[in-house]
Amino acid sequence: MNILSVQGLVKKFGGLMAVNGVDYAFERGKISAVIGPNGAGKTTFFNMITGIYVPDAGSIELDGKSIVRVKPDKITDQGIARTFQNIRLFGSMTVLENVMVGMHIHLKAGILSTLLNLPLVRREEKETMHEAYRLLEYVGLASLYNEEAASLPYGAQRRLEIARALAAKPKVLLLDEPAAGMNPRETNELTDLIRRIQREREISIILIEHDMKLVMGLSDHILVLDHGEKIAEGNPEDIRANPKVIEAYLGKSALQDEEVMPI
Amino acid sequence: MSGFKLALQNNKVLQLSLLAAFVLVSALSVYLTSRSVIAFILLLGSLLLLYYTSLSNGMKWAVAGLLLILVIPFATAGGPSHESYMEVATQCGIYVAMALGLNIVVGFAGLLDLGFVAFFAIGAYTYGIFATGQANNFIPGDLFPLSGDYFWVFIILGGIMAAIFGVLLGLPVLRVKGDYLAIVTLGFGEIVRIIFNNLEKPVNITNGAMGLSSISPPNLFGLQFTFPHQFYFIVLGILAVVIFGVRRFEHSRIGRSWKAVRENEIAAQSMGIPLIRTKLTAFAIGASFSGLMGVVFAAKQTFIDPSSFTLLESTTILVMVVLGGMGSVPGVILGAVLVTLLNLQVLAEFTGWLNQLSMQGIITLPNALSPVKMQRFIFGAILILIAIFRPHGLISARNRKIPLSQVKEGEAHEHPERSRTSQKVRRVNGS
Repeated sequence: MNILSVQGLVKKFGGLMAVNGVDYAFERGKISAVIGPNGAGKTTFFNMITGIYVPDAGSIELDGKSIVRVKPDKITDQGIARTFQNIRLFGSMTVLENVMVGMHIHLKAGILSTLLNLPLVRREEKETMHEAYRLLEYVGLASLYNEEAASLPYGAQRRLEIARALAAKPKVLLLDEPAAGMNPRETNELTDLIRRIQREREISIILIEHDMKLVMGLSDHILVLDHGEKIAEGNPEDIRANPKVIEAYLGKSALQDEEVMPI
Repeated sequence: MSGFKLALQNNKVLQLSLLAAFVLVSALSVYLTSRSVIAFILLLGSLLLLYYTSLSNGMKWAVAGLLLILVIPFATAGGPSHESYMEVATQCGIYVAMALGLNIVVGFAGLLDLGFVAFFAIGAYTYGIFATGQANNFIPGDLFPLSGDYFWVFIILGGIMAAIFGVLLGLPVLRVKGDYLAIVTLGFGEIVRIIFNNLEKPVNITNGAMGLSSISPPNLFGLQFTFPHQFYFIVLGILAVVIFGVRRFEHSRIGRSWKAVRENEIAAQSMGIPLIRTKLTAFAIGASFSGLMGVVFAAKQTFIDPSSFTLLESTTILVMVVLGGMGSVPGVILGAVLVTLLNLQVLAEFTGWLNQLSMQGIITLPNALSPVKMQRFIFGAILILIAIFRPHGLISARNRKIPLSQVKEGEAHEHPERSRTSQKVRRVNGS
């Protein structure tokens, strides 16, 4: 059963075909990866799924419902949350507040009820705080909850982005290069975290990543893009052996040289 | 010296008695001298001292209430300048409310608004038009002017009108960002002023540049409010509501979404925050604070004309916010009071003193440096100095630190003893 499927997806920037007619279906409850060389159109692909870009052609369906031309905030309402390649935290807010913002769509406090400080609002605030703290414990940032988000080390900021996205209780979690800039130890911890999220929270995960060890170790299914087009799909073993993929990453000559197997 | 400092830091009784002594001395000097700007500023300064004591929040509010309701009105009642002191205090209150409103827009939501005074004008004209005969020009039946009894309803109406115009302005304007938004709001501020200036034809609604005069003063059970010391209490009451509201919003779902939009629009949107609606809420709520005080302003002056709502006013309010500390409620309050005092009292006093000196022939000032011209110069110099030495404002915005017992589920409430012992353990470990 597919949770998210795209058909004939196209996005042009001037004369550049950033994404050019991609068809793909992401399986429910699995970890899928989107890989490809720099400039292959991976982030553009994510930006279309999350509504930041409107595709020039094609369809995107979440659970069988089209989400093309739906505003980003409404797409989050429908169950897609994401992290960003270039970290986009709310820098001057605390770690805890960042996660509390993530829970926005599940809270009900309005202008009047906030002003009157109704018991409903107070209870909701308290529960939000507890839930946010639990999520920080889950990603291992609980001890830093009062710190300013921008003051966190790089790896911690990436995990905070994940916690914030989880706070929206999504069906699908998109991770855009979650391991970028992490050292091997942090990458291992991240791998464990992603696997835990998939298993314990029943969330379908789609990730963009350049760290091939992480991708091959985690993914159930892989989509390979190059120059905006799908050049391959399949499970890690298929992708590793696919000549088109090797060519895209290392050039034609690499195919003749049997010893160089990058992935 | 450091021993005394340490004692002061930890001893609430000592702090409170020092504060009381300070209040007593400054209040007495205000009471005994006929008109002393310094004494009056010191008396207001006691509120700042109070802010820096380590009393509990509730205690601080109680003491502040006592100072504002009892001490300040009585201390100033001693001499002939009573009303002029109260007038200054009332102006301070009006500006504090406006600055707090603008702080929601600029400080919390990060939207630079250079036409904020427009909402103040809308509030003022809302009351002005109906509390004079002006409304008879377009509503038949000779129902107007409304009596001062309606003032209380109009406080709310003024806020609502300003909020509506905030939304109307916001709808087209909030699609642009940053510098562009600043320019468009600047234009809006001027447009509103010019409309009020020209809306005498074809139907005379605002009476144009002539302004509206003899606006009905507020009336409560037969008691007419005409003196500054009476308006002081009206302003104080509204201000209490405004500050209470701002503090509620600041740490709520709405306040968090404002700050999230300020910090990163794309991330905020990806967390399910609707951009336009969130910005509109900030615009509307900020504008409404300004509208409330516009009504009070109209009733207090009993005369309004478009020249009270110039771009200079908008920038002055913005200066209060930036100077005090964007996004910091205590900072913005301090900034507003300070700038108002500077403009109304300190600089006026100072130039008066210079004038006197030059008239007595003690100093001679060339015409280009006449004291009145110096006033703006000194004001500007003070702003530059503060911008250099306190770039984040006088009291910069700080994040709320929440104790662990509150964030961790079930720690504080279900097991009070455990949390108390754990606190003790922490203290032992710390020392």
